[in-house]
Amino acid sequence: MTDRALAVVRAGALTTVQDQGRPGHAHLGVPRSGALDAPAAALVNRLVGNPPEAALLETTLNGCDVRPRSTVTVAVAGAPCPVTVDGRPAAWGAPVRVPAGALLSVGTAVSGVRSYVGVSGGVAVEPVLGSRSTDLLSGLGPPPLTDGTVLPLGTPMAPHARVDVVPQPRPPAELVLRVTLGPRDDWFTTAAIRTLTTHPYRVSSASNRIGLRTEGPALERARPGELPSEGMVLGAIQVPPDGRPVVFLADHPTTGGYPVIAVARPADLPAAAQAVPGTPVRFVAVRSRTR
Amino acid sequence: MRALPVGDRALLVEVSTDEEAQALHADLLRRRAEGSLSVREIVPAARTVLLDGLDDPARLAARLATATLPPVPPRAQEVVEIPVRYDGPDLAAVADHWDVSPQEVSRIHTAAEFRVAFCGFAPGFGYLTGLPARYGVPRHATPRTTVPAGSVGLAGPYTGVYPRSSPGGWQLIGTTDAVLWDHARVPAALLSPGTPVRFVPVEA
Repeated sequence: MTDRALAVVRAGALTTVQDQGRPGHAHLGVPRSGALDAPAAALVNRLVGNPPEAALLETTLNGCDVRPRSTVTVAVAGAPCPVTVDGRPAAWGAPVRVPAGALLSVGTAVSGVRSYVGVSGGVAVEPVLGSRSTDLLSGLGPPPLTDGTVLPLGTPMAPHARVDVVPQPRPPAELVLRVTLGPRDDWFTTAAIRTLTTHPYRVSSASNRIGLRTEGPALERARPGELPSEGMVLGAIQVPPDGRPVVFLADHPTTGGYPVIAVARPADLPAAAQAVPGTPVRFVAVRSRTR
Repeated sequence: MRALPVGDRALLVEVSTDEEAQALHADLLRRRAEGSLSVREIVPAARTVLLDGLDDPARLAARLATATLPPVPPRAQEVVEIPVRYDGPDLAAVADHWDVSPQEVSRIHTAAEFRVAFCGFAPGFGYLTGLPARYGVPRHATPRTTVPAGSVGLAGPYTGVYPRSSPGGWQLIGTTDAVLWDHARVPAALLSPGTPVRFVPVEA
């Protein structure tokens, strides 16, 4: 008899279950959520033979240790980190067989922030509104892992990929975010827009799955007063009263009352998920593809 | 009506009043249902409706620029009744603000016909309009660190019910046992944009 489950021995700083998120419910106040570095998440699923929508683990900075109760194939990608099985070094970015009862240790990221742990069969917690993602803002999905958590695993669908290693982008030494100005750029002075698009900012340590916070010169408003709440998109760059831009990531609120000066291209956000605090950020203005 | 581009795949459509926002939202839902509008998210708010996940926002923006806004459709939906004990910690302060007795606050609040203008803040949290404008109240300057689930609060022109315990700055006038959000229920949210709502007084 098999016992398809994963026991969490060391949960790490913040390890959550993620998949492709729950789009389509923003009008109910439900964020999209989902893996912040979606290409890395898709890669580990592919490596272990899972469909793209399978749920996996997203770790933050210092990894996690888990013990599968049956023999599984795992793959770790995203932020590069040491991987061991029962203390013996194993491959990063490639399928690894972990025997039943062995300890898989995903170590501290040597660069980047978030590592992804795909397990054959996928994490099979109960979905909420069609997704197994943990949403930290609204508390949907399973809570962040704690030591001793036992996660159910699904049945493997396909054999793991026949590759040794695959190329992956390195975590950014400098984060370049291409942005389209608006919809509320007219709430800011011309000088503020020039500052945003020419001055380097830095990733703040207060960043999380809700938003990438930045440090740098405050952006000055041209228009005082409050904006009535309006809908927010992934990648929206909201400017709260302190004037420091916040780039909205997957767990962002679906409506908000601070003006959005610009919107970052979604294709640039996986790199934002891997930018460690202190990384320089450049906002580069590009024309909207629709104008 | 003005459509502002939001990145490459979204539009923020601006109108002048919350009634217009509700009318536009209803019209966009109708267009999506009949298949003439393809969009992932339609998010109404106070004076705007966000359309996210559009293939050709520029073309839709051009179409909307010349479109006229139909009136808000009649309330086809059944009214959701929410039983409330008017026993909130800010009841006396709200009564002072309105210059009425605490009993009057409950009478005024239960007499109003509310409608969910939009949702946000937390899953299942609806911003309800319907109180006459003179009953607007400010938020607390310093939000409470914990507001219990089921608290009924006022802020600006809105009434809202906290679906779960969270920090919050609204003026709390009462408490309900109604379950605003239950993800095991279909639909999970008791309130969604456009839902008509009445508050029914129950003994504290």
